[in-house]
Amino acid sequence: MREGLPREDKNVHPKLTKDGMVSLDFFSVVLGMAVVTYLPRWAPLAVLARRRLPSWLLDGLDLIPAAVLSALVLPELVTSGEPRHLVILEPKLLVAIPTFFFALKTRSLGGTVVVGMGLYWAADKLL
Amino acid sequence: MTDSNLDAHKDRPSALQAGLKAAWPIFLGYLPIGAAFGVLAQQSGFSPLDVGLMSLLVFAGSSQFIAVSMLASGAGASSVVATTFVVNLRHLLMSSSLAPHLGHTGKGWLSLLAHGVTDESFAVNHARFSQGDWSWQSALAVNQSSCAVWVGSTMGGAWVGRLIPQGALGIGYALIAMFLCLLVFQLRGRRHAVTAVLSGVLAVLLSLWIPGNAYVVIASVIAAAVGTLAVSRERRGTAEGG
Repeated sequence: MREGLPREDKNVHPKLTKDGMVSLDFFSVVLGMAVVTYLPRWAPLAVLARRRLPSWLLDGLDLIPAAVLSALVLPELVTSGEPRHLVILEPKLLVAIPTFFFALKTRSLGGTVVVGMGLYWAADKLL
Repeated sequence: MTDSNLDAHKDRPSALQAGLKAAWPIFLGYLPIGAAFGVLAQQSGFSPLDVGLMSLLVFAGSSQFIAVSMLASGAGASSVVATTFVVNLRHLLMSSSLAPHLGHTGKGWLSLLAHGVTDESFAVNHARFSQGDWSWQSALAVNQSSCAVWVGSTMGGAWVGRLIPQGALGIGYALIAMFLCLLVFQLRGRRHAVTAVLSGVLAVLLSLWIPGNAYVVIASVIAAAVGTLAVSRERRGTAEGG
């Protein structure tokens, strides 16, 4: 019984549904993603190895990852719905706390993901 | 000359073997994350081929999760690509840190190596280079082998996706857990923590006010700018005060 797999209900963009082959629209998106991902990886190795960046830029770049990750995760934890509104004390926020401390303690990416998933699954069942 | 030097010369593992050995923890980490991504992607309507293609060409887990979620809810190509750029921009810093160690690597090999710069491969390679006995060949082995494992585990997840009921095993939480851990890795100092808090709060406020994903870029840039200003004030203060 394929319960819980309402593929037809999912709001998939019509142009992206496939019939065996990768659609052109999907391929263009992936290509775009690949280019913007590859360039920041490549540029410092190929170009900047000889040059020194100004220290203010280095400081700024150093802070960007922490800023981006936080901007991505915190709204996920405390807002929901369309249009977005604040939701405190949802399982996703409660589970985030022990998950965060687990990451702090073990510094293990795979472990944190497994623990987070497990806690969330348990919370979903219990709450 | 110490004994360990002599031993190292006698049975020195090949650069490839050393790379694979060092990358082993990355493989273990990628299996659950990759599988979770594959399952989620399949349940959002993507085929194993789509997943494999994305994993091979992009090779950036967090942005792949976000992209699949955005595409499934009808987001346009340009916003997906723009969000991907911002989320993955941190690789610029990682490559900048690796660059000094890769001085005498051929341009072609550098281009291939660049493809595999990720949070995980960077952590391993940077640590090894800092210890002193690492080569570009080993770094390349780490990068490309972890890419292979990533492609394999994501495609594997996509293949079994239809067998897993939606929401089982807390799979939907894999991305949040991953972000929390990556954030922890970034909290190297007080300035990072303060910037993160500022960015998070700003992002929440903006997300409630502006529809779409623009709040991510806006909040991050403002928070990082404020953090940078604070740092340069601190520097100047130290320089003047002595």
